[in-house]
Amino acid sequence: MSENQNPNTSQDVTTSTGTAGHPERFSDPGVPEHRPRLTDTDPKANKRSERIIVLLFALSCLGAIASLVAYFTVRPDGTTDQTRLSTLLLGVTMAISLLGIGIAAIHWAKALMSDHEHVDERHELRSTPEVREVAVKHLTDGVEDSGIGRRGVLKGAAVSALALFPLTFAVPLISSVGGDWNISKFRHTIWTSGKRLAYDPTGRPIKAADLTVGSVAHVIPEESEEYMASHEWITEKAKAVVLLVRLNPEDIRSDQSPEGETWSYDGIVAYSKICTHVGCPVALYEQQTHHLLCPCHQSTFDMADGAKVVFGPANRPLPQLPIAVDDEGYLVAQDDFAEPVGPSYWERLK
Amino acid sequence: MSTETASNTGAPTTPVGKAADYLDQRTSIGVAVKEFARKVFPDHWSFMLGEMALFSFVVLLLSGVFLTMFFDPSMALVEYHGAGPETMQGQLMSTAFASTLDLSFDVRGGLLMRQIHHWAALVFMASIVVHMMRVFFTGAFRKPREINWLVGTVLLILGLLAGFSGYSLPDDVLSGNGLRITDGVIKSIPVIGSYMSYMVFGGEFPGEHIIPRLFTIHILLVPALILALIGLHLFLMVLHKHTQYPGGGRTDKNVVGYPLFPVYVAKMGGNFFIVFGILALMGATMSINNVWNYGPYDPSPVGAGAQPDWYMLFLEGSLRLMPGAGTEWVIFGYTLSLNVLIPAVVIPGLLFTFLFAYPFIEAKVTGDKREHHVLDRPRNVPVRTGLGVAFLTAFIILALAGSNDLIATHFAMSLNQITWAFRILFFVGPVFAFWVTKRICLSLQRKDRELVLHGHETGRIVRFANGEYIEVHRPLDEQERWLRVNYDAHRPLEIEPATDARGVKRRGYKSDKRWQKLSRFFYEDRVEPVTPAELAAAHSHGEHDEIAPAAHTSEVTSGTDTVDRER
Ligand code: HEM
Ligand code: FES
Repeated sequence: MSENQNPNTSQDVTTSTGTAGHPERFSDPGVPEHRPRLTDTDPKANKRSERIIVLLFALSCLGAIASLVAYFTVRPDGTTDQTRLSTLLLGVTMAISLLGIGIAAIHWAKALMSDHEHVDERHELRSTPEVREVAVKHLTDGVEDSGIGRRGVLKGAAVSALALFPLTFAVPLISSVGGDWNISKFRHTIWTSGKRLAYDPTGRPIKAADLTVGSVAHVIPEESEEYMASHEWITEKAKAVVLLVRLNPEDIRSDQSPEGETWSYDGIVAYSKICTHVGCPVALYEQQTHHLLCPCHQSTFDMADGAKVVFGPANRPLPQLPIAVDDEGYLVAQDDFAEPVGPSYWERLK
Repeated sequence: MSTETASNTGAPTTPVGKAADYLDQRTSIGVAVKEFARKVFPDHWSFMLGEMALFSFVVLLLSGVFLTMFFDPSMALVEYHGAGPETMQGQLMSTAFASTLDLSFDVRGGLLMRQIHHWAALVFMASIVVHMMRVFFTGAFRKPREINWLVGTVLLILGLLAGFSGYSLPDDVLSGNGLRITDGVIKSIPVIGSYMSYMVFGGEFPGEHIIPRLFTIHILLVPALILALIGLHLFLMVLHKHTQYPGGGRTDKNVVGYPLFPVYVAKMGGNFFIVFGILALMGATMSINNVWNYGPYDPSPVGAGAQPDWYMLFLEGSLRLMPGAGTEWVIFGYTLSLNVLIPAVVIPGLLFTFLFAYPFIEAKVTGDKREHHVLDRPRNVPVRTGLGVAFLTAFIILALAGSNDLIATHFAMSLNQITWAFRILFFVGPVFAFWVTKRICLSLQRKDRELVLHGHETGRIVRFANGEYIEVHRPLDEQERWLRVNYDAHRPLEIEPATDARGVKRRGYKSDKRWQKLSRFFYEDRVEPVTPAELAAAHSHGEHDEIAPAAHTSEVTSGTDTVDRER
């Protein structure tokens, strides 16, 4: 490393002489001349900078102390406001103690430390031919030593052992990491014939008569309280949620009932709430248009027309839950969905 | 023997000297200090961007360790009765969510740490991206730094993974829906998608394994990988020595700057505290991810206007823009969901492939095997700069499309219109951005030529004896000039002819020809730097010496001819 004293250590990079005696390229003027800072020439400015730096460090100390004060004086009492206040005070005082140090150090480096530029040489990264030669020699010697070239069987045995040992780790891992690996579960939900439709999240069963035209209900299957406090429930609910609307029967242009069956009941249609795009719960229903919008990527389904996709990245209609009414007037499922709910997957139609 | 050695070098007398001696006799640390203490580093504000990424990562480590003391990554269901807000009392939730509430309301400074951690994650990703832009636009990825560019790109991907896995930990409604979208995307992968979904969730979504699994990924796997790669990244940086911006006395054979100790030690140390301080300030004053407002994960509700963290928006936008109709194919009874696969797998795949491949493609079309340590001014490599801006444009359009519902409500426009506008923009925007950027670069280069040839306008008008008015131009000083003439305007590759001297068809000609085509795309339009001869010619032009505006010399050369293509 050499300190650059002479600003005009220009290297002539001219390689050949161009037209009419002019060099082909300009030459490097060298590192610009060092310009002294105010703190270099004026002792007063120098002293002032030093004082500022000292003050900044002192401010940092105060910040740290203030943080302790904030800790002891503002105790959270469980309210959001008090928690916010405590967060604010602890954070701001912490920031002061940190920024004090940071700004002081930077100012110190910029105003007081030498700002003379230095020049270091670079060396090409490639190693010299001699070094390479020795390196290659070492490796060939090593290979020679091990005899791997001559001992074919040994090589094969070593390679096989290395290839096989990861199985001892991978097989147990893979066997368990996917649970039971039974992907046919995608196909079924807990809806069964006769299961009542209930309001989400209360679990109260829904009477058909309670629904006026235009009303919307978020629906789950009726289940016991214990079941609804289990993990299994959350996973099943993730497939079983349904959105139900009561339309004017004349407004329904189509639904998904096959020939000879009726999946709707008196203008009430129930469709899976799991978007056929990538599976968000579809939740935004617009009365006038009968459009159901998925908030995730705005796929839009027409509830009056078999939940067909009218816009967005989804490709398939939401599957319909076939419903009927039981003796007591409650809405019940006729059966499970006829097709898997939610996003498509490779084996969906298999 | 040891006393002899000590006396040879003069036995240390001070405590520091003794300690140093002790250490050196056991570690030869003297060698390292000699090598590194006064190592020269070039200075520029943009070199701080990588540092910012590093320091926010350190803040992530510190605040993350605080969080791990109290966060409980369990999906066991509990009925909440704790310090959290009224609305959460009595709710059924996972222990992970409950412990996030306690971490926020019960642990002193816990909310602050959560918020610092989250802001640090956002700043971490932002500084990685901007750092990457700096490296790209200045050509710092060129030989010998291609490998470090790859390391950096892997770090970017790991950062995305870290952010995503952390975001999902509190097990709230929002992040749960994010996971659900991820599940949908995984399922769209042909052949193995369903099994991969089972692998990730340990069964069906959401199951009871995902949070503990993400926790291990988030606090062990990914940070360890990031740490190791940061180590490699910095090791290579020191090995290569830092690049420097062009300027007087800076060449590919030297490095001009300030010594590590004390200047950079102070500056970097200072920067760390400033980054930490700003993140603390953000954590103190800007609330983020108030999970108690969303509630614990429940597969049924979802709010409109929910946004993922910014670095995930491009994926969200990509999913939103893809039209669904006709893009789900059934082949031999198997379902191929192109409507998910293309936006969520193919498009990000292409974006990252571009990032991984670019340095090698540019080296190939430039036919350049030299080491580069002096950075390019972005204008001097118009096509690279254009491609970078095009890439960013695509990224930004996707990210904006990820907020199309907010844009729609904010500007009272219909979602359909906005989505269609973005669909078109996604294809047109980057091309347009490329074209505009390239033009701007070329005209900046021309302006540089103009300046070098004719100097600064001074605004001073003089009148000649013959009545002619002329503005006085002040010539550039040699530093100013050097900055503007010291670059290579690369030319398209020249390739060997299709047949050799004996008329035999040459193998590899076709591929050479393709590379040449690409090379033409890069370097056909170019502005050559002013040569001394041109400057002299401009000066002797007319009697006005250096004050007259000289006639244009040919500026833009192209291929073999000298047609001025740019106007
Ligand atoms: C590598 C970069 C990292 C990124 C980008 C990142 C990002 C995130 C994000 C976005 C969250 C959600 C925070 C919230 O609740 O709002 C989070 C949570 C968390 N992170 Fe990190 N993190 C990183 C590293 C770490 C490390 C190194 C640790 C621990 C050693 C850690 C521990 C945690 C814990 C325990 C949580 C859950 C706590 C909670 O949500 O309240 N993180 N992380
Ligand atoms: S999940 Fe419904 S539109 Fe994407």
